[in-house]
Amino acid sequence: MTLINTLFGQGKNKLDSRQQPGQKTLPFVAILVISTLLACGANLLLPESSALYVSTHTITLLGKYLCYAMLALAVDIIWGYCGILSLGHGAFFALGGYAMGMYLMRQIGDRGVYGDPVLPDFMVFLDWKTLPWFWQGMDQFWFAILMAVVIPGLLAFIFGWLAFRSRVTGVYLSIMTQALTYALLLAFFRNEMGFGGNNGLTDFKEILGFDLQADSTRVSLFAITAFLLAVIFIISQYLMNSRMGKVILAIRDGESRARFIGYRTERYKVWLFVYSAIIAGIAGALYVPQVGIINPGEFSPINSIEIVIWVAVGGRGTLIGAIIGALIINYAKTRFTALFPEAWLFALGGLFVLVTLYLPKGLMGLWETIQAKINKPVPEAKDEMKTGVSS
Amino acid sequence: MKQFQNLIYGLIACFSFAFFSVYAVANDSQSAKAKSDTELLVALTQVKLKQMNPLLDQIKSSQAQTALPIFKTLLEGRLYYVRSGKHLIQMQKIGKEKHYFELESATALPHLTKKLVKKVKLNNSVRRYLRSAIAELELSHPDAKIRAAALQSLLSNLETNLQVTIEKRRALETDNKVIDLLDVALNLYQLKQSESAALQIKAIEQLASRLEIPVKNQLTTVAETSPDPAVKQAAFDALKEIEHSTNRYELVDQLFFGLSLGSVLLLASIGLAITFGVMGVINMAHGEMIMLGAYTTYVVQLLMPNHIDYSLWVAIPAAFMVSGLMGVIIERGVIRHLHGRPLETLLATFGISLILQQLVRSVFSPLNRQVFSPSWMTGSLEINPILSLTLNRLYILAFALIVFFALLTLLRKTSLGLNVRAVSQNRNMAKAMGVKTGWVDAMTFGLGSGIAGIAGVALSQLTNVGPNLGQAYIIDSFMVVVFGGVGNLFGTLVAAFSLGIATKFLEPVTGAVLAAIIVLVFIILFIQKRPKGLFPQKGRAAE
Repeated sequence: MTLINTLFGQGKNKLDSRQQPGQKTLPFVAILVISTLLACGANLLLPESSALYVSTHTITLLGKYLCYAMLALAVDIIWGYCGILSLGHGAFFALGGYAMGMYLMRQIGDRGVYGDPVLPDFMVFLDWKTLPWFWQGMDQFWFAILMAVVIPGLLAFIFGWLAFRSRVTGVYLSIMTQALTYALLLAFFRNEMGFGGNNGLTDFKEILGFDLQADSTRVSLFAITAFLLAVIFIISQYLMNSRMGKVILAIRDGESRARFIGYRTERYKVWLFVYSAIIAGIAGALYVPQVGIINPGEFSPINSIEIVIWVAVGGRGTLIGAIIGALIINYAKTRFTALFPEAWLFALGGLFVLVTLYLPKGLMGLWETIQAKINKPVPEAKDEMKTGVSS
Repeated sequence: MKQFQNLIYGLIACFSFAFFSVYAVANDSQSAKAKSDTELLVALTQVKLKQMNPLLDQIKSSQAQTALPIFKTLLEGRLYYVRSGKHLIQMQKIGKEKHYFELESATALPHLTKKLVKKVKLNNSVRRYLRSAIAELELSHPDAKIRAAALQSLLSNLETNLQVTIEKRRALETDNKVIDLLDVALNLYQLKQSESAALQIKAIEQLASRLEIPVKNQLTTVAETSPDPAVKQAAFDALKEIEHSTNRYELVDQLFFGLSLGSVLLLASIGLAITFGVMGVINMAHGEMIMLGAYTTYVVQLLMPNHIDYSLWVAIPAAFMVSGLMGVIIERGVIRHLHGRPLETLLATFGISLILQQLVRSVFSPLNRQVFSPSWMTGSLEINPILSLTLNRLYILAFALIVFFALLTLLRKTSLGLNVRAVSQNRNMAKAMGVKTGWVDAMTFGLGSGIAGIAGVALSQLTNVGPNLGQAYIIDSFMVVVFGGVGNLFGTLVAAFSLGIATKFLEPVTGAVLAAIIVLVFIILFIQKRPKGLFPQKGRAAE
């Protein structure tokens, strides 16, 4: 059973009336699209003096948040729905980012400091004579995009295939994913790897011939990110409501039982892991042109674990929750680090503790509890979710 | 040229005789001698370059104790004198500025400026004389270590005029190590100067067991240039033998560094082996417990700045208490509420680690703090010129093993250990039998964290103490515990040392970073193959 089949077979299955996760999809997508259009319009159409004008800086910031939201979505899909806690998703994000960064690097051409038409600056600096084989073809946009999807997907497939087949689960898997991203961090720091070492890739000039500093390019990138987020959100929502989604939930809540019933649980897990890694890769590829730099720091284990807290705060097991969590925390981070840079780690650390202790279902869970209290006092209905969240 | 040199030597001899006769008169009584000593030093500031060597000879024979530092300073061109009182001082360049100090006490003389002082001049002939005089003085120094060190540095540049001194010394010497070195020097002379092939071969045979680099160089020259084929062959064989033992000792050296890294890994992961292995709790703040231990060492040294030598003995229990207490607080405050939800525990403890890092950063600044090594830990144990084991690594290796076996005894022989094992094997049954599981959990966690604190004390002697100290070890520690098999302390021991040794043997081939990556990837693949590690737990406890 492949992903595509489940996607198309979706229409025939009746939605489970108990969960109804699809009901919030449409309003959410509508809000996303409308606010994106408004922000774009406010930047391009309004004069700078207007009170409603949205600066390009803000647009870029919003674009960055949306990339993070996509990344959070990727983590939520495997953690919230399948119970696989990956502490290495930053690696897939960074790999996608590096693929895009390599394309942007090649686009600089002879406008670099050393003016070499083919070699990026850092290679000239390291006195390399020819382009390494893995940089070949990266000057083609389609190829770079393909790599941004294929490389994270392939890594996830190999890792997942090895890990899930030998039934490495739970905490062990989390530590292994963390070790994976740590190993990549060390590897990308090396100059010999040919990815710019410590400094990473930066000083990008243009994408597909459009100047990266221009307002219109930035707004377009933001709009594309929002559009892709909406598309991925809808696809993921369909996937999770499909038959495959049900099996995945079953694996989360009782893997042995699902296996005894006859499902090849490791295959579901591997494909879901690959799907999630691909989303992370796409998010990385969108992130780099907007931020203008990619360096090995993105591989650091802390980054990966931070994604998990976005999902936890928003509410895992709900795709909207992951997106909202990523947006809220990153906005808070921007404000906090500007106002009291010292306090941010205290706040983030405190958030980790408080959310795990008091808000196991995140903000979405809190919202549901409040709603349930207002509408009808029937607290017993949510028992299934409770067991699902643990482990 | 040669004639000119001879002329100079002759002149020197004359002057030397003249000076000797002048000052021999003054040598009669003790008080006169003291007076003559200062006079000699004053004379040093006025004497002409040509008369310098005999005067220095005079100083050497009359006051062997003070001559050595004066000669060394002079050779380095740092010997100055005050113009007015002809008083000798030393100069030291700090940055680009010249600062002046008392010769013996090294107290600063800030009132002196460039104009008030003058350098004691010297030329190549004086330098040559100084070098051999210093060697001679050091060879007869009462401290055997200094004699050995002097010989070591002499070997690389054996001057012919020293042969007599060395032979004399050989007859008097009592220290075995120095005797060996003296023999090496004499054999080298033999090899260089002897005309007889038999004598040369005999010297080569005796040198074959030596690992000093000058010996190897000399043998290489002989092997390449000697006209006698028998001598050539002997030198060649000796070189082969030397190479053989060099390789062997380098291997031992690598092994030592591997064991040292292994001991660090063991210390860092052994606490984790308890909290993760025995309690099943993932503590991502474990690295910060190590960091707290290291900072405790720093604070202890701040509190007792005059007793650095004893500071570690205070720091070890203090670090155990600080980290252990923090561990108990974390267990009671957070982990207790997350029982049976390992992934949530992981996240919450990660949050705690962020808070602790920032706390340390706010209190102690984000910069690295300096922790001093006590004097008994500095230096190294020199086994031969190739193999020298640094003392701090040696002590930490021993310390890691002591901590490990102490912990093992604690778990096996005490009632706390019994309770801990009972709870880890079957929590509900233990509870039913009246074990206070909550108390046992808190104690176990405190114990694991306290040992992490002790690890911090040890690490503070090897690496920089900063807020990120713990972070660097957390992934490695997890790897060690998982690789060794969760819940098996001996597995942790084996895993720590095998990973340490593997890393150090890979490093010369691949470089440090790549070695770390290879080891990580190896463990990742290994865990896929054997998810329970090297030594999996068996029986019911494994479920």
